Amino acid sequence: MGLYTYDSTDIPKTDRIPKLVEHLYAKMPEIESARAVLITESYRQTENEPMILRRAKAFRHILENIPIIIRDLELIVGSTTIAPRGCQTYPEFSYEWLEAEFDTVETRSADPFYISEQTKRELKEANAYWKGRTTSELATSYMEPETLIAMEHNMFTPGNYFYNGVGHVTVKYEEVLAIGFSGIREKAEAELASISLADGDYQKKSRFLQAVMISCDAAVMYARRYAKLALQEAEKCTDEVRKLELLQIAQNCANVPEKGATGFYEACQSFWFVQQLLQIESSGHSISPGRFDQYMYPYYKKDLDSGKITRAFAQELMDCIWVKLNDLNKCRDAASAEGFAGYSLFQNLIAGGQNAEGIDVTNDLSFMSIRASMHVFLPQPSFSIRVWNGSPHEFLIKAAELTRTGIGLPAYYNDEVIIPSLMSRGVSLQDAREYNIIGCVEPQKAGKTEGWHDAAFFNMCRPLELVFTNGMDKGVQVGPQTGNVENMQTFDEFYHAYEVQMEYAIKLLVNADNAIDVAHAERCPLPFLSSMVDDCMKRGKTVQEGGAIYNFTGPQGFGVANMADSLYAVRKLVYEEKKLTMKELKAALLTNYGEGLDREDIAAITANVAKAMRDAGQPVGESEIGAILKTVVTASEAPEIKENGVRIRKLIEEVPKFGNDIPEVDAFAREVAYTYTRPLQNYKNPRGGSFQAGLYPVSANVPLGAQTGATPDGRLAHTPVADGVSPSAGKDVDGPTAAANSVSRLDHYIASNGTLFNQKFHPSALSGKTGLENFVGLIRSYFDQKGSHMQFNVVSRETLLDAQKHPDQYKHLVVRVAGYSALFTTLSRSLQDDIIRRTEQGF
Amino acid sequence: MEDYLNTKGRIFDMQRYSIHDGNGIRTIVFLKGCVLRCRWCCNPESQEYAIQTMLVQGEPKIIGRDVTVQEVMEKVERDRPYYRRTGGGMTLSGGESLCQPDFAEALLRAAKERGINTAMESMGCAKWEVIERILPWLDQYLLDIKHMNPAKHKEYTGRSNELMLENARKIAASGKTELSIRIPVIPGFNDTPEEIRAIAAYTRELQNVRRLHLLPYHRLGQDKYAGLGREYLMGDVEPPTNTRMQELLDVAVQTSKVECQIGG
Repeated sequence: MGLYTYDSTDIPKTDRIPKLVEHLYAKMPEIESARAVLITESYRQTENEPMILRRAKAFRHILENIPIIIRDLELIVGSTTIAPRGCQTYPEFSYEWLEAEFDTVETRSADPFYISEQTKRELKEANAYWKGRTTSELATSYMEPETLIAMEHNMFTPGNYFYNGVGHVTVKYEEVLAIGFSGIREKAEAELASISLADGDYQKKSRFLQAVMISCDAAVMYARRYAKLALQEAEKCTDEVRKLELLQIAQNCANVPEKGATGFYEACQSFWFVQQLLQIESSGHSISPGRFDQYMYPYYKKDLDSGKITRAFAQELMDCIWVKLNDLNKCRDAASAEGFAGYSLFQNLIAGGQNAEGIDVTNDLSFMSIRASMHVFLPQPSFSIRVWNGSPHEFLIKAAELTRTGIGLPAYYNDEVIIPSLMSRGVSLQDAREYNIIGCVEPQKAGKTEGWHDAAFFNMCRPLELVFTNGMDKGVQVGPQTGNVENMQTFDEFYHAYEVQMEYAIKLLVNADNAIDVAHAERCPLPFLSSMVDDCMKRGKTVQEGGAIYNFTGPQGFGVANMADSLYAVRKLVYEEKKLTMKELKAALLTNYGEGLDREDIAAITANVAKAMRDAGQPVGESEIGAILKTVVTASEAPEIKENGVRIRKLIEEVPKFGNDIPEVDAFAREVAYTYTRPLQNYKNPRGGSFQAGLYPVSANVPLGAQTGATPDGRLAHTPVADGVSPSAGKDVDGPTAAANSVSRLDHYIASNGTLFNQKFHPSALSGKTGLENFVGLIRSYFDQKGSHMQFNVVSRETLLDAQKHPDQYKHLVVRVAGYSALFTTLSRSLQDDIIRRTEQGF
Repeated sequence: MEDYLNTKGRIFDMQRYSIHDGNGIRTIVFLKGCVLRCRWCCNPESQEYAIQTMLVQGEPKIIGRDVTVQEVMEKVERDRPYYRRTGGGMTLSGGESLCQPDFAEALLRAAKERGINTAMESMGCAKWEVIERILPWLDQYLLDIKHMNPAKHKEYTGRSNELMLENARKIAASGKTELSIRIPVIPGFNDTPEEIRAIAAYTRELQNVRRLHLLPYHRLGQDKYAGLGREYLMGDVEPPTNTRMQELLDVAVQTSKVECQIGG
């Protein structure tokens, strides 16, 4: 087998593909109730049984009864909803938010879903059972009061797993392809036979293994339902070509995923059932196919060599899978939908890179994966490319051609940083070389890891706000009392106060994440998923209970650039050049640089003042509150406040900013990032693993920026904070190479849960062969300097502005948001504006 | 530090990540001062050697600063990783770099001594002795030829073209640098097939030309004229259409027999 050889010839797309896409996007996605109703039925029947068996039986009950459908022209089948791009609900994690949003979910700005009155009724009825039984409620009960306060005050949000399943995993697809679920079931049986009923862990382990067997059987049974449906449809079908296709589908579904795949087509179908069923079992997103080009290759090669398939047919099958990945969907609460905008499930599929021995294994399928993304031209899969010194140049040029289309794919990852970074967390060299990416940017070893990536959004700006208020927010002591900021005599004292606020918030973040972690282990252990992750079977535990070999928790910090610029400005203006007093700066921040306060800001300041007065023993009644309120409003509107604000912002404007290749500023930013990454890595999670930081925001920099007051970098209150490790929007004025140099000076190794660097290019920068060559050169050069990840938006500003005006004409306009691609017109207006505002590079 | 690194000169900008001015990713150093006054010039602030004030979006901005070669090199060095990966380097542009011969020579030498590839955009409008001095340090000469007719050249640029054409011949014959010819395609000035054919024919005669570029006229510099309190003489002239450019490219290819392209 030729590790070094590949056929990169392009294969045209078939007529089937655009038709599948059109069908998928014909209607607004819809919420369906079947799963919620079925899981509730099952739970009612299994009260008081061990949780792991209840989960397996519920999974079986769902798969026995959930409606199934084969969509027109599909070659790969398996749909979670009857409606294209529809979604099921998962009341075992949380449900209140959906009921509260029943009447707005169809009209909200980010990711709207249609929901029928009948579905609302059915969900309401099912949801009633879950009161007091959700992971969300249990997690809350495990959190300390100060943690809840910190969350209420937007210090961080662990919303992802607080309200939903975890997902964020890549399973051993290759094992299902090789031995099928019958083979996995046999492994469970053998394990069960090998243990003694007197073993200390027998009770837990035996029930877990039984649950695995039930889950395996359920998956096989579900596929057979499709086999039967395909046969029925074939009998009715009058089109001879389609009839044959349906008969082939019936045969595929009868064989896989029960048995090992005998060829590439079966392998594709088997892969799909795994991908789909993982999402039926739990509502987790970022269930990532990982190294598809590697585990599918043996089946492709064998069929190609024997003449069983042509490359063209293999390409069509891959295109069909790419379409199917967009058929899966998830409804999030309105706030989270803003943070994860674009109906994205973050199913990250990666091509290229090395094998465990360190040999480049780019193959035909790596190229065909790029081609599939070009053919299908949809946001899923979140497509990624591994880059290292041994990557074929031709492969990167082909990837750049995909970038040039403006779809925001692929994202590029640097083996030379990620491999040592994973090793520093205890992953073996061989495993690290086989890494893939989960979700947005999070690296891990497939089939061995429960990474809990994306565990929370941590807003690095909020602790600095608390430095200015002595830990007080809206009249509540949210952070420690670090003293009156006006009395801080040295910059070190000031910086130390920030570190103290950071460390405190990080500790509470850990408390929140671990509470949720425990709740998932107790209430939603996942036997089906765990049957495909090492070493759950041997350990007799689900991944939720610590069954995986590698365990991490990876909450992501964001706002590095804002904090670097802010702290640097404070050092320069207040402490070194003394152009500004701390008192003036504090007043400017409090009054949003004189640019106006909204009602919430005014209420918050009033509450802080009232609290301070009470603490000082002064009586605070209604009349006092009224007086404070009036003073705050008058003060914030005073002309001298406005003048001061303008003057101070101008001073700040002149201080050098991160992103312009200024070594001193960049070194400072590196230190600032450590205030998050270093304390975090000392904490442990309940699964026996450790915390590791990511530095990326998904698209939360916009909604969470809205919860953040003015910052000393000149950023106004409620505007977006910087995206990932990228410089603040518009502050990098020396071009893409300067920005990349600055970003590369951060420590990307310690942020082993991933960093995200966004650049936006005008298509002219990639035009022609030389444009592609220079673009690849830019990526290579950033990676030479040990950056970890890079992604690009290639679209003109005019195009985006026009798309805002005429969304109908841009239904398929895909942009790279932050770690994933989304349809531009489905994003909220503020996020659209943010994307437009980012510096346009490359003229 | 070696003396030549202390050579002072006057620049008005440095632009990183330039990908249309020589091979690979490059840093352009714009030298201030020019011998010509081309009506279509998109960098009118480059023409005067004197330091000027120009209104940029309503705000006065000082154009031009005096720097040493060492200072320029510190910035040029920053993008070395990109030069290495793309075959890029430093490009001198202007203005006409040859108006500051000592500075231009020292800059190019400093880059070459450090292993950084060098290019220069220039009209070749200087005494041959000046050009001869810098050639040893120059990897790529991007030489403008705007028109073959001396009278028309003078009318639109302020100078006749004999010296430049003669220098083009000498540069090609020297074999010391890779020579490319660049034609700004200006509607109403040189955008007929006959005029382009004449330049292409001269290019062919030079014998030693790597590439011929046709650079379509654009109006991105228009606002700068207002900012400098000058009148924009090109008025409403539209950029040439793609069809027109393609037609002229065909003419260039047929006549010059060298590799031709639209754009830098």
